[in-house]
Amino acid sequence: MIAAARLVLIALTRFLVGGHARWVGSEPTFEQRIYFANHGSHLDTIVLWAALPDALRSETSPVAARDYWGKGRLRRFVALDILGCVLVERQAPADSDPLAPLTAALAEGRSLILFPEGTRGDGSSIMPFKSGLYNLANTHPGVQLIPVFLDNLARAFPKGAYVPAPISCAARFGAPLRLRQGEERQAFLTRAREAVATLGRPGEV
Amino acid sequence: MDDRRIIILLAGVIGILLAGSLASFVLSRRAHSEAMQTTVRNLESRVKAWWVMVAIFAAAFLLGPTVTLILFALTSFYCLREMITLTPTRPADHRAVATAFYVFIPLQYWLIFDEWQTVFAIAIPVYAFLLLPVLTVLAGETDHFLERTAKLQWGLMLTVYCISHAPALLILDIPGHEGENFLWLFFLIAVVQLSDVLQYVFGKLFGRHKVAPRISPAKTWEGLIGGGLSAALVGAGLFWITPFSPLQAGGMALAIVVAGFCGGLVLSAIKRSLGAKDWGTMIEGHGGALDRMDSVTFAAPIFFHLTNYFFVP
Repeated sequence: MIAAARLVLIALTRFLVGGHARWVGSEPTFEQRIYFANHGSHLDTIVLWAALPDALRSETSPVAARDYWGKGRLRRFVALDILGCVLVERQAPADSDPLAPLTAALAEGRSLILFPEGTRGDGSSIMPFKSGLYNLANTHPGVQLIPVFLDNLARAFPKGAYVPAPISCAARFGAPLRLRQGEERQAFLTRAREAVATLGRPGEV
Repeated sequence: MDDRRIIILLAGVIGILLAGSLASFVLSRRAHSEAMQTTVRNLESRVKAWWVMVAIFAAAFLLGPTVTLILFALTSFYCLREMITLTPTRPADHRAVATAFYVFIPLQYWLIFDEWQTVFAIAIPVYAFLLLPVLTVLAGETDHFLERTAKLQWGLMLTVYCISHAPALLILDIPGHEGENFLWLFFLIAVVQLSDVLQYVFGKLFGRHKVAPRISPAKTWEGLIGGGLSAALVGAGLFWITPFSPLQAGGMALAIVVAGFCGGLVLSAIKRSLGAKDWGTMIEGHGGALDRMDSVTFAAPIFFHLTNYFFVP
C-alpha cells in the first residue's frame, strides 16, 4: 500500500513537473549526506525526494516543518508514511533543542534533506540561511553537505496556489561543501547559500 | 474500415524504419569524423522518435478514436509544458497557466470527442483568449502584462488548438468514405514527417542556398524544393487512402509541405527568441516533443480546413 502510494506520487511528479536530477558536481552515492536546497514551493520536498535514485531515497529523510506537514491526516500520511519525513518545530521552546530529531536521524545513519531558508521564498532570490545547517556541519563533520538548486518550482506551484501547474522542474546537485577549520557561522552560511545560488545560474557551472 | 489498407501501410512503414535503423547502425560503425558522428546521432534520434510514433499510431488505430484523442491530448500537454517551461511566466500567471492546462486541453479534445465542431473552432481563439487575461489581471501584476498574456495564448494556440486539428480529422463526414478517417490522419502525419526528412536529406546532399540563415541554418532552398516535391509525389501516390484523386492528393500534400515548412521556421524563431536551441535543452535530455511536432502545428489546421471546405458536403 505504502509502496504503491510512493510509486503513484513519483509517477505524478514526473508527469506534471518532471523533476529529474542533474548531478553536476557530485554523484549519487551511499555516503551519508545532508542535501540542502533553496525553498520556493511546498513541492520542493517531494521533488527533491523523487529526484533521488530509488536506493538512496529509502535512506534519506526530508526535514519538514511540523506546523505544515504535521497538520491534517493526508499531509501527515504523505509526510510521515510516504516521504519518511523528520518533523521539526519552527517555533521551538527556548529550553529545547530543535535539532534533536535531526541528530537522532543522523545517528541512525540516515541522510537528510534540509531547506535552510526555513520558509518558502517567492523564487526570485534565496533568503539568508538559518543556523541549523552550520550546527549540524559542526557536530557531524563526517556527513557530506551537498548543495541542491531546485529550478522552476516557485513557478510550478507558487505560494497560495491550489494545484501545481505542469512546468518542467529540475534538481541540480552540486559539489560537496566542507566546514573549514575555524570558519565562522555567518561566513559558512553565506558560502553555503552562494553554493546553491551558483547552481541556479547554469552558465557558470 | 478496409483493414487491409492499414496493414499494408503499417508493413510499409515498419519496412522503411527497419531500413532506417539498419542504415544508422551501419553508419554509426563507420562514422569517424566529428561532423559525421553528429549527423548519425541526429539520424538515430529521428529513427527512434519515428518508432515511438509508429507504435503510438498502431496502438491508436487498434484501440479506437477515444485512445487516439487521449494520445493527442497528451502530446498537446507535453508540447505546452515545454513551451511554458521556456517562457518566463511568473507566479502571478499561475492561475491562467493552470487553467490553460487543466481546463482548455481536456475541453478542446472533449469537443472533438463530442463532435461539436462549431465550439471546437472557437473555444481557444475566443473563450480562452478572453478568459485567461482576466485570470491574470486578477493577480494584480501589470508588469509585462501584454507579453505574458500573449505568450500563454500563443502557446495554447500552437500546441493545443493547432495540434488538435490532426485528430479532428476523425469527425469529418465524407460520403462514400465512411470509417476511413484514420487513414487521412495517417496521410497528414506521414507527409509531414516524410517532408521533414526528405528536406533534410536533399539539404545535406545538394543544399547551397540558405532560406533563413539566422533562424534555421539547416534549411536550404534545394532541400525545400527537392524534399518538398518528393514528399508531394509520395502524397499523390498515397491517394488510395484518401478521398482525393491522385492530383488532388498531390496538391493536398504540397499544401501540407508548405505549411509544415512555415511551421518549422516560425517555431524555430520562437525558440530562438526564448533563448534556446532545442525545445529539449532546458529539460536536458528530456522533452523535445515540440521539436517533432513543429511542422504539424501549422500543417494540421490547413489540411483539416482544406479537406472540410472542399470535400465535406
